[in-house]
Amino acid sequence: MIRPKEGILDPQGQTVERALPALGFEGVANVHVGRLVELDVDDVARVPEMCEKLLANPLIEDYEVLAVD
Amino acid sequence: MKFGVVRFPGSCDEHDALLACRRFADAEVLWHKDRDLKGVDAVVVPGGFSYGDYLRVGAIARFSPVMEAVTEFALAGRPVLGICNGFQVLCEAGLLPGALLPNTSLRFLCRDVDLVVENADTPFTRACSRGDVLSIPVKHTTGRFYAPEEALDELERQGQVLLRYADGHNPNGSARDIAGVANRQKNVFGLMPHPEHATDPLAGSADGGRIFESLVAHVEELVAA
Repeated sequence: MIRPKEGILDPQGQTVERALPALGFEGVANVHVGRLVELDVDDVARVPEMCEKLLANPLIEDYEVLAVD
Repeated sequence: MKFGVVRFPGSCDEHDALLACRRFADAEVLWHKDRDLKGVDAVVVPGGFSYGDYLRVGAIARFSPVMEAVTEFALAGRPVLGICNGFQVLCEAGLLPGALLPNTSLRFLCRDVDLVVENADTPFTRACSRGDVLSIPVKHTTGRFYAPEEALDELERQGQVLLRYADGHNPNGSARDIAGVANRQKNVFGLMPHPEHATDPLAGSADGGRIFESLVAHVEELVAA
């Protein structure tokens, strides 16, 4: 799971945040639009390295590794 | 003097880059699988959508074989110019500081912008004077320059901001109106506007030619020395 770092202007998230109340969904805050990369891997311990090197740009994005069996 | 213009799958501005370079010197194409830079004196990484811009702009191109050679070339102090997608690639490759984010408007922009020359003492801007205003087009969706505040202070202190959008001309929300930055050594330069599209008055402006002219003067001075 990769999303823009906190504090970086996220116009896509802001647009969604404005659109939700317009449809009657109140009480929504801190919307960030990121992307999900799904991988089948032999060794999940190597995924953070993949994120650092290719999947995310650590200067502008945070990533989280979610393992599902 | 010979320019090398890198062509990735998805590059689309390499023709104009070649034409622009050929107004001032020789130029040839470097294929993304080339590991040999064919003896060129300066490298141009042009605009486009390298590898489809999948995943993140410039993220895949940085791992192409030619980028290993370009990185070596840059680390040896030789001049490398990245335009638009080329700028994004050089940032992803760690040859330039910062990153490019989607425009605040989330829209594709295509327009002429005025740029102020902030540092004319570099291989890319020596044909200009500080304070000169250049009219050069931008065309991009992901051109908002970002670096953390401390890094921006450092860039300004070191004179790495070469071009800034003139007042009211920042099209994309770039930090501190930055349109183009160099590395600390000033031999690698990236900018979002397209100087290669502004080398003939017929195109509306020939101001972009000053960047290519500067590079030629720089290389010729090195050869003479």
